[in-house]
Amino acid sequence: MNIINIEHIAKVYQVGSEEVRALSDVSLNIDKNEYVAIMGPSGSGKSTLMNMLGCLDTPTSGIYDFKGVSVSEMTDNELARIRNKEIGFVFQTFNLLARSDAIHNVELPLIYAGVSKLERRERAKQTLVDVGLEDRMHHKPNELSGGQRQRVAIARALVSNPAIILADEPTGNLDSKTGEEIMALFHQIHEKGNTIILVTHEEYIAEHALRIIRLKDGLVEKDEVVEKRFIPKEKIIA
Amino acid sequence: MSSIFLELREGLAIAWRAIRANKIRAALTMLGIIIGVTAVVLMSTAIKGIDNSIQNGVSALGSDVLYIDKWAWFSNDDWWTMRNRRNLDMEDFNRFKESAKLPLAVAPVTNAVQTIKYGDRKVETVFLTGSSSDYVKTTNFDFDLGRFYSEVESNGSRNVAVLGSEISSKLFPRGDALDKTIKIGPANFKVVGVLTEQGSTLLGAFNPDNQVFIPIGTIFKNFKSRHFGTVTINVRATSPELLEDTKAEAEGVMRKIRGLSHNEPNDFTINQQEGLTGFLDSITIVIKIAGLFITGLSLFVGAIGIMNIMFVSVKERTREIGLRKAIGATRRTILAQFLLESSVICLIGGLIGLIFAILLSLMLNQFFPTSIQYDVVILAIIISLLTGIVSGLAPAYTAAKMDPVDALRYE
Repeated sequence: MNIINIEHIAKVYQVGSEEVRALSDVSLNIDKNEYVAIMGPSGSGKSTLMNMLGCLDTPTSGIYDFKGVSVSEMTDNELARIRNKEIGFVFQTFNLLARSDAIHNVELPLIYAGVSKLERRERAKQTLVDVGLEDRMHHKPNELSGGQRQRVAIARALVSNPAIILADEPTGNLDSKTGEEIMALFHQIHEKGNTIILVTHEEYIAEHALRIIRLKDGLVEKDEVVEKRFIPKEKIIA
Repeated sequence: MSSIFLELREGLAIAWRAIRANKIRAALTMLGIIIGVTAVVLMSTAIKGIDNSIQNGVSALGSDVLYIDKWAWFSNDDWWTMRNRRNLDMEDFNRFKESAKLPLAVAPVTNAVQTIKYGDRKVETVFLTGSSSDYVKTTNFDFDLGRFYSEVESNGSRNVAVLGSEISSKLFPRGDALDKTIKIGPANFKVVGVLTEQGSTLLGAFNPDNQVFIPIGTIFKNFKSRHFGTVTINVRATSPELLEDTKAEAEGVMRKIRGLSHNEPNDFTINQQEGLTGFLDSITIVIKIAGLFITGLSLFVGAIGIMNIMFVSVKERTREIGLRKAIGATRRTILAQFLLESSVICLIGGLIGLIFAILLSLMLNQFFPTSIQYDVVILAIIISLLTGIVSGLAPAYTAAKMDPVDALRYE
């Protein structure tokens, strides 16, 4: 069964007296263990689509089923629960809590899930080890490099074993070498059976995925399989 | 249930971290609450102190004693009317004593002010109370040393004195006043008794602790003319239940003595403790309302300060709120987080304020009657928690209803 099933969704914003159609008519399915890149120029609606996929926002019309459950009619609390359990976010600007160390940042989703302190610690530690940060657990974000920060953020996204990882321009704030490291990490995460949705405007980053969905003016312009996939050489985890 | 407890503990940890991250700002915010709580606690303590002290002072007067006087203690009557009343004199007293059958005891009272000396120790402007040996029966005095002066001493206008506890401790720090000869004004007096401490600092010069008691004849002989000033007649009823009957009888007897015809008003007043209580109550209620209003105001200002800071804090942490929502925090969780933060700030401030208040009241106790009680401590804690919740509500609600998409995009 598809994890994500979207049929003819639209999102219309009311800006003053004007209606802005951020998404006109988008249909797509995403299966388990897919690695999808969503591409498009600014204004194409990719941010709106990402917010929709991440259950941060609900469509104005159309059907969005997440694991067979309709998201369109969910209440705020139900959406929060889905985000907590099923979606792992990775942001361009990392969005770590500046005053908290790496392990506490990774623990955060588990706090809201009501996991006990002991189990939380254990899982956060393990996930940090998985992303290669076993020796940085008690460092605060300002004591970490950009790449390390993004790895903490990825650990935070992974820690609750979500159905999808949703990464919004994850390499946008990193130099190309560090960006390549992060893409290598995503590659491994995907190899382990995770489902990844990557939002980017860089062709070369998108080519790390198996499939590219190209948006334009709120419509799907192209939904294609990547022919010459870019496989990162770097290994983060031994 | 356990998840709420877990959430609360996490919320407290988050709040504590946020406060620690902004120590100076939190401290400045707390200042408002510290001042507010200190003021409220001190004020309620002071009010309690005043109440207690009035209680002591008034009960020292006795609830079953009448004071027949030219002057009314509390009256709407014209001062001039009372001024023009004929003085009560010893003649009036003697006739009253003969005619009144109900009282347990009656005693004439007149006062003078003198300097008292013993050796090189001296107390100035001491209130002398001159009366008869029956005076002690109109009071609830207990004796530390010796006794009250006797009927023989009283009738003979002897130079004997009974000292209030404070006068005694000033003149005789070692407590050996009995049988010593002191100088009141120019004359020598023998100390025959010392009273135990009677009570109230509020009564000032009227506090028995600051007085010296001597026979009334002795006052007339040494310090003032028999024809100068007025005499008060203290009348003690045999029981509080008989007070009204005693008062009615006293009024009739006095009208006869004063030769008033039935259409003339009384040219004397029968005072009693009840009037004093009412009068003091009317004063303290004004103090209480004014005090609580002013302290309440300072608390209110403190609360506004907290609300202000919490709004800033919410604004500053918009992205953090967005992130927390994105990874699964519900509205309720965010609301609780900020409410807890303001409550913790207020609670810490309140506890500091409480400590200040206790220290200050211990210091003030030297000059002014105060008493800190458990209920005040509990009151302070409840007030500070309530302030925290009330002032945190609007900012926390703002945070809770933020849209995660907008919040994450906030720069």
